Amino acid sequence: MRNACLVLLLAALLPLSPALADSKMAPAEYAYRQLPDAKQEKQAQDLMQTLRCLVCQGQSIADSDAEMAGDMRALVRRRIEAGEQPEDIRAWLIERYGDWVSYKPTTAPVTWPLWAAPVLLLAAGIWVGRGRFRRRR
Amino acid sequence: MIAEAGLAALWLAAALALLQLLLGIVALRGEREDWMRALRPVAMVQAALVALSFGLLILLFLRTDLTVLLVVENSHVAKPWLYKFAGTWGNHEGSMLLWVMVLAVSGGAVALFERQLAERTLVATLAAQAAIGLGFYAFLLFASNPFARVSPAPAEGNGLNPLLQDPGLAFHPPTLYFGYVGLSVAFSFAVGALVTRDVGPAFARAMRPWVLGAWVFLTLGITAGSYWAYYELGWGGWWFWDPVENASLMPWLAATALLHSVTVVATRDGLRAWTVMLAVVAFSMSMVGTFLVRSGILTSVHSFAVDPTRGSFILALLAIYIGGALALFALRVGTVREGSRFDIVSREGALVLNNLLLSAILGIVLIGTLYPLAVEATTGEALSVGAPYFNAATSPIALLLMAAMGAGPLLRWRRDDWRSLARRMAAPAAVLVLALGAVLVAAPGIGIFPLLGLVFAAGVGVASVAPLWKRNLRRTPLFTWGMVIAHLGVSVSVVGMACESAFTRETLVAAAIGETQTVGPFKVRFDGVMPIAGPNWTAIEGTLTVSRGDGTPWVMRPQARMFSSPPTETNEAAIKTLFDGQVYTVLGRQTEGGDRWQLRLWWKPMVTLIWLGGAMIGLGGLLALIGRLARGRRHSPSGDGAAGVLA
Amino acid sequence: MTSPATRKVRILLWVPLIAFVAFVGLVASGLLKPTANVTLVSKLVGKPLPEFALPPGVAGQPGLTAADFRAGKPRLLNIFASWCVPCAAEAPVLKQLADAGVEIDAVAIRDRPEDIARFLGRWGNPYARIGSDVDSSIQFALGSSGVPETFVIDGKGVIRHQHIGDIRAENVPEILAALKDAER
Repeated sequence: MRNACLVLLLAALLPLSPALADSKMAPAEYAYRQLPDAKQEKQAQDLMQTLRCLVCQGQSIADSDAEMAGDMRALVRRRIEAGEQPEDIRAWLIERYGDWVSYKPTTAPVTWPLWAAPVLLLAAGIWVGRGRFRRRR
Repeated sequence: MIAEAGLAALWLAAALALLQLLLGIVALRGEREDWMRALRPVAMVQAALVALSFGLLILLFLRTDLTVLLVVENSHVAKPWLYKFAGTWGNHEGSMLLWVMVLAVSGGAVALFERQLAERTLVATLAAQAAIGLGFYAFLLFASNPFARVSPAPAEGNGLNPLLQDPGLAFHPPTLYFGYVGLSVAFSFAVGALVTRDVGPAFARAMRPWVLGAWVFLTLGITAGSYWAYYELGWGGWWFWDPVENASLMPWLAATALLHSVTVVATRDGLRAWTVMLAVVAFSMSMVGTFLVRSGILTSVHSFAVDPTRGSFILALLAIYIGGALALFALRVGTVREGSRFDIVSREGALVLNNLLLSAILGIVLIGTLYPLAVEATTGEALSVGAPYFNAATSPIALLLMAAMGAGPLLRWRRDDWRSLARRMAAPAAVLVLALGAVLVAAPGIGIFPLLGLVFAAGVGVASVAPLWKRNLRRTPLFTWGMVIAHLGVSVSVVGMACESAFTRETLVAAAIGETQTVGPFKVRFDGVMPIAGPNWTAIEGTLTVSRGDGTPWVMRPQARMFSSPPTETNEAAIKTLFDGQVYTVLGRQTEGGDRWQLRLWWKPMVTLIWLGGAMIGLGGLLALIGRLARGRRHSPSGDGAAGVLA
Repeated sequence: MTSPATRKVRILLWVPLIAFVAFVGLVASGLLKPTANVTLVSKLVGKPLPEFALPPGVAGQPGLTAADFRAGKPRLLNIFASWCVPCAAEAPVLKQLADAGVEIDAVAIRDRPEDIARFLGRWGNPYARIGSDVDSSIQFALGSSGVPETFVIDGKGVIRHQHIGDIRAENVPEILAALKDAER
C-alpha cells in the first residue's frame, strides 16, 4: 500500500482526522489565524480558495481541517505577509506539485478548450436554434 | 429471514419488470388491448414489491441485525435510531436500493395515476420504465446485493461516518433521489412517445406534472444538501463545484429547461424535438451522475468506496439506455412534425433562449467536471478544475438567464415587439438602476459579480412579480402564482449568494478564556469550555456570549466532537440566525500551551436567503403542479381546457 | 425528397449520440486506471535540491542543510515522522540499506525531539543527520505530499528519484539502481 499515511488520511472524509495519522504537534500559527492587515488577509484568502489540499478528496486548503492543509495556509499567509505576490506563490507550488495543486486553470494550451467551451456552446446553440424562428417581414 | 425475504421481493420485482417489458412489446406489436391493460397492475405490483424490499432493509438497520454484511459495515448498536434508519441509505448498496425503489415507484405511480396519455403511448412508457429497471435490478442483484449475509456475525458494527449522523441524512438523499430518479418518468415518456410517434401537445400536457414533481423534489433536495454541507463542514461554504454536487446540478439544469420547454409544446405546439431531447438528457444526466459517484473515476468527498468493476457495470447500462434513447431520437424525431414558427421577440423566443442558456451552463459544468479526466487520458498530466473556472464561466450566462427569466413572462406568445416589451420592462429596469446606485454608495469596494448579481436580482425580482400587476389576485390561476414565486425565489437566492460572497466577515483567532473577539458588528466573549457526552460521542463544548451593539446578548455553544466508531473528530458549528444573516461559530483545537482555543467566527449577512430562495423555487413548482392537476381535473381528460391559457 | 436543410438537420440529430459515444470512451479509459486518487509525484525530480537549513531533530545529531547533499556522493533523503505508522514498517529496510553503505539523511515532519528519539530508540537509527521540519515547509519545498517518502539525491545536489510510500524489501533493488544511476 503506497504512501499509507496519505491513504489513511484520504480514507476518512474531510474534515475528519483519524487520530493515528496526525502529528502530536499543534497546528502552525497561521493555519488558523488571520493576518493583521485586512487587505493582505483577503489576498491570502482568495489564494487559499484556489489551492487544492494535497491530502483531501477534492477540497481547497481554505475549507479543510487536514494538518497539511493548515501548514499550507500558514505558508501562504507567511509569504503574503512578507510581501510576496499571490501568483508567485501559486507558481512556486505548481513548480513543485504540477497544475493539479491549483484550481484556477492556467492559460496554457492544454486549458484552452475549457475557456472556449462557453463561447462554443453558445454559438452552437444559436446556430441550431436559428431555424426555429420566423423571418420578420 | 427478513434479509432473505427482502432479497426475494427484489427478485420477484425484477421478474415482474421483465414481464412488464415483454408484455409491452408484444401488446404493441400485436395491438392486443387486453395485454395493454395488464401493464398497469404489473407496474403497480412491481413498485409494491420493491418498496417492501426497501422497508425490510430499513427494518434490518433499525434492529442492527449484525448477520447482514451491510449493517455490519455501516451501523452500530449505540447509534441513535434516526441514524440507524437514515443509515440505510448512507452507503452504496442501500442507496442503490433506494434508487431502484424510486424508479419502480415512479413507474407504479404513472400506472396508477396517468389518465391523460393515449393508451399505446402509456404502454410504451411503462415498457421503457421496466427496461430501465431491469438493468438496475441486475446491477443490484449481481453486483451490489444489500442483503448479503456475513458469518459468523461480528459482535459490533463499524458505525456510520459521523459526518452523516445528522438529520440531513434523513431528508437530503431521499428527496434528491425522488428528483433525479423521478426524471426517469420523463425519459420513459419521451421514449414511449418516440416509439408510438405520439410527440404532441397531449403528450406534453401528460408529461408536465411528472416533470414538475420530479423537479420540485430535485430543487428541494439540492437546497437541503447545500444547507447541510454549510452547517456540517465547519467553514461556511455552501457550494464547492464538487463532482458529485455537479452530478446533481446537471439533471436539475436539464429538468428546468425541460419544464419550460414542455409548456411550449403543450400550449403552442413548438419545440417538440427540443423537448424530447431534454427529457432524454435530464435522466441521462441522472444516470451519468450515478455512474460518476459510484465508479471512482472522479475524486470527491461524496464518493462511495471506489469500485471500478461496479463502475463498468453502470457504464454498460448507460451505454445501452442512453445510447439507445439517443439513437431512437435521431431515427424518429425527424418525422415529428414541427409546430408553428414564432418570432425571436416572443415568449417562445425567450423560452428558446432559456433552453439555450441552461444547456450552455449544463455543457460547461459537464465539460469542467470531466476535463481533468480527459486531460489525464490524453496527455497524462493531472490538473484540477474547480470553483474559479465554474464561477467565471457560468456567472455571465447565469446573469443573461436571469434577464431572460424576467422578460419572458412579460412577452406575448408568437409575436411581440421590442418597444412594447421595453415599456413593460421600464419599472424593473428603473429598479435595477436604483439598486446599482444604492449598492455602489453603500458598498463601494464590491466585486463585479456580486454587484451584478444584486442589481440583476433587484430588477428581475420586480419583473417576476409583474405578471401579477393589474390582475384580480384571487382569480389568478395557481400555476401563475407558482411561476411568480419560483422566479422570485431565484432572485432571492441570488441576493443571498451575492451578499455572502461580498459581505462575509471572518475572524480566526486563538482565544483565551475571558477574551472578547469582534466579527463584523458583533462582540463574542469566550466564556469557557466543558466536556459533554452524547449517545455515541464525547465533545468539548465552548460557551460564547455574543452581542451586537447594545442589544441583548445570547449564548452559542459550538462543539468539537470525538466519535469512537469509526474514530473521528467533527466540528459542530453553533449558528445563530438573525433577521439579516447568520453568526457562525466553530470551536477548534486547543493550542500547544493549553491555554488558548482556536475559534472560527463568521458574520454572514443575508446568507439564509440562498436556501430560502431555493425553498421558494420548490414551493413555486409545487403550486404550479397543484394548479395544473386541479385544472386538469376540472376539465375533460382530453385536456382542451388547459390549452392556450398561460399567465 | 429531403432538401439540403432537412438533411443537415438529420445529421445534426446524430450529434448527441456521437458526443455520448465519445463520453463513454473517455470514462472507460478512466475506469481502466486502478485508482482515482492522484499519486502526487514531485515535479522537482531532475532539478536541484532547493536551499534549506533545518535545525537538529534530536540532540546528538546534526541538523540538515542542502549543502550536505553536495558532498560528491549520492545520498538518500528520507522524509518520516514518529507518528507515521508505515515509517516504522520501513525502518528495518532503511537499516539494511544503511548497513550496506548507503548514506541516509532524514527530515522529521512535525515532530518533537523526544518523540523522534523514542522512535529511533524503538526502530533503529539509520540516519547520519536529522533535520526537524515543524511546519512542513521543507516538505512543500521538495514537492512531497506525505510521509514516508524517500528521495535519491546525487553528489551535486540534484534530485534524481522519488520513492513514494514506505520502502519495502522488493523496492530495494530499485533504490540501489537509482543510487548507482546518480553516481553518473
